[in-house]
Amino acid sequence: MTNPQPSARVPRSSPLLREVGSCCLLIAALLLLSSCTKPVDFQKSLQEKLINAKSGDVIDLPEGKFHLDRTLSLTVNGVTIRGKGMDKTILSFAGQKTGAQGMLIKANDFVIEDVAIEDTAGDALTIQDASNITVRRVRVEWTRGPNTANGPYGIYPVSCKNLLVEDSVAKGAADAGIYVGQSENVVLRRNRVEQNVDGFEIENTENVDAYENVSTHNTGGMGVFNLPNLPRQGGRHVRVYNNQLVDNNTPNFAPKSLGPIYYLPTGTGMYIMAIRDVEVFNNKIQNNNTVNIYIINYHTGVDETSLRDTAASPITQQVFAPDDKRYDPFVRDVYLHDNDISGGGQSPDSRVDGVKMLAAALGGKLPDILYDGVVDRGWGKGPNPGQVCLSNNGAAGFLNFDAGGEMKHPVHDLKRYACSLPALTAIAIPQAGGK
Amino acid sequence: MPRRWTQISSLLFLISALAACGRLLNRGVQAHTEKPFPRQLSAWRLFNLRAGKLVPNRGVVPYDLNTPLFSDYAGKYRFVWMPPGASAQYRDDGPFDFPVGTVLAKTFAFPVDGSAVQKLIETRLLVHAASGWTPLLYIWDNKQRDATLQLVPDPVAVKWTDSSGRRHEFTYVIPNVNECHECHDNQKVFLPIGPKARNLNKDYAYAEGSENQLAHWARVGYLWGLPVPAARPRAAKWDDPATGSLAERAAAYLDNNCAHCHQPGGQAGYTGVDFRLTQTEIAREGLCKSPNSAGDVGSLRYDLVPGRPEESILIYRLESTAPKTSMPALSRDVVHVEGVALLKEWIASLPGGCKND
Repeated sequence: MTNPQPSARVPRSSPLLREVGSCCLLIAALLLLSSCTKPVDFQKSLQEKLINAKSGDVIDLPEGKFHLDRTLSLTVNGVTIRGKGMDKTILSFAGQKTGAQGMLIKANDFVIEDVAIEDTAGDALTIQDASNITVRRVRVEWTRGPNTANGPYGIYPVSCKNLLVEDSVAKGAADAGIYVGQSENVVLRRNRVEQNVDGFEIENTENVDAYENVSTHNTGGMGVFNLPNLPRQGGRHVRVYNNQLVDNNTPNFAPKSLGPIYYLPTGTGMYIMAIRDVEVFNNKIQNNNTVNIYIINYHTGVDETSLRDTAASPITQQVFAPDDKRYDPFVRDVYLHDNDISGGGQSPDSRVDGVKMLAAALGGKLPDILYDGVVDRGWGKGPNPGQVCLSNNGAAGFLNFDAGGEMKHPVHDLKRYACSLPALTAIAIPQAGGK
Repeated sequence: MPRRWTQISSLLFLISALAACGRLLNRGVQAHTEKPFPRQLSAWRLFNLRAGKLVPNRGVVPYDLNTPLFSDYAGKYRFVWMPPGASAQYRDDGPFDFPVGTVLAKTFAFPVDGSAVQKLIETRLLVHAASGWTPLLYIWDNKQRDATLQLVPDPVAVKWTDSSGRRHEFTYVIPNVNECHECHDNQKVFLPIGPKARNLNKDYAYAEGSENQLAHWARVGYLWGLPVPAARPRAAKWDDPATGSLAERAAAYLDNNCAHCHQPGGQAGYTGVDFRLTQTEIAREGLCKSPNSAGDVGSLRYDLVPGRPEESILIYRLESTAPKTSMPALSRDVVHVEGVALLKEWIASLPGGCKND
């Protein structure tokens, strides 16, 4: 018997197929809906969560790539921001319209983990005036690779106390991938920084352990230094060990307006400037084309004549500001031992006048370790008044180029520097498993 | 006993009913000094919207400023209210010392083409709560009936044509609550910016007639400690040459558009540039000074090059709307052509030059 009612006709398909079909439809609709979610909604709801957060809150970010066009900010203490992984939860600021930073954190007891911040107009992750900060498995990146217009700093804590940056990645910063400035009690470990101008910068900071990091394919691998006229002076006590600072030969792409970093010679493995109490050991520092390790006082490192030509520099003003009476421009008490150092200085950066001059005087190549030999007269006339101690660094070549004596009395002989200094104590901060 | 109970309860009812009526009849400002703050702006009873105009409630005093902050050509309507019996202490410099409970309200509006009525976008309240100044952002609905409290307001598309025929079409970005702090914080203390003596020292056309604002505030009991008229500072109106020299008008413009950040303790205090009107050393306004922050400065070298506005970073950054370049860094989405023209004229008038020019 045929059914007389046409309206009752149904497609000939099994109930199972129908269910599968409607289920697919539902999934498709959901997918469509989720792909249509306006970027501003994610941004807005996340910013609201950050404003409304209470101490102890964990703000979970889902998997996905989210487009934001405005700086996210947090001022509430005790908040954790947690994504699903540095390649799974991506906050993209490409085409940023408002504010220059990606995130601006002014809060204590802050944790951020398992998230990526990409393509911010300015610095990616700024943390200011804060204590007990953990940055874990965070990736900051300018995805177009090295470019003068990239933001200056990737992970950018300033004036922080008890800071841990671990298992993170920074790529493409036009100044430093991972920077720490005017801070104290800092652990930087197991990070990877690539294709930045400077891989790491440790500036005017006291009590630092930097270990098991990889810094490669930057312009320079790592800088440890003090600069004048910053509110906090007296950075010292820095341990750098078990790191790899290799193949940092990416041509310098810092804009001139960023000042001294524009003059960082391409191919600098590590520079130690105007600081004391630095211990560098068990590192692999290799194949950095200008020099593997550069130990210098401030006036050798920052070429004021060159700086006079910089369009506008963050530091120029500081350089030419009235003398900072608190500032100590000398480098001393540096202990380099048991490092695997080789292959440096094979193709020095002729763009930088000082390097060009030195390389020309030495037949086109530079040794692995360069020391300017500049010491404070008050330290006496011993063979090594600056207490720069170099021991057991493989077959690393060395030169004290006597910058203070117009290079008239260079010293090649490592024996004069074959001394040791007491080991520096490890840095203990609560979130790094210390006390 | 039952009867007496009835008497008492009806008396209680009468009292509470009277109180309710009293509250209903007394439609004065309903101030809040702690969380939760009302979701609707109307709950504050600061003003009524009649024929597109904000008509203030009893005790709510309108005011304006000699030289205001430029806000994308938005019209701004400012009001102040203080709790009965409370008044602000006069200060020569900086914002007055306002009593707890003070409400400062600023409503932003844009003209509607073909209409005399402006469209209200947002009303920002600064409430002097017991815990300190608190910013509240109320966003007006499309029907202009009321405004709703928001933490992170959406940007608003704005389109209008000004009297000279210039078309304005842009996205108006409303700061979020955290961003309020960027401009208002000094040494981590949130303060009002506009209501300073030098900025309020002007006449205002009140409903009952024109009067100097400082005198008016003192007369209605909102201000104490006001010195004699000759001792009251007065900022120039940036666009009125009758009120000050070119330099004075430029200084007033920089004071109100830049100095909230560019002063010691402000967000940009570290730059060393100080644009407060009370700071008269031109060197501290960036004369021949290279900047020490990492914003974009093009190929330029100094903040301010006398005689050469086109070589001054100050002008370069005021003429940009790009995130890394534009100044002020927040709440400016279009270029203030007339304001920039004033500063250019001023810089062009300055004698001398910078080294190595």
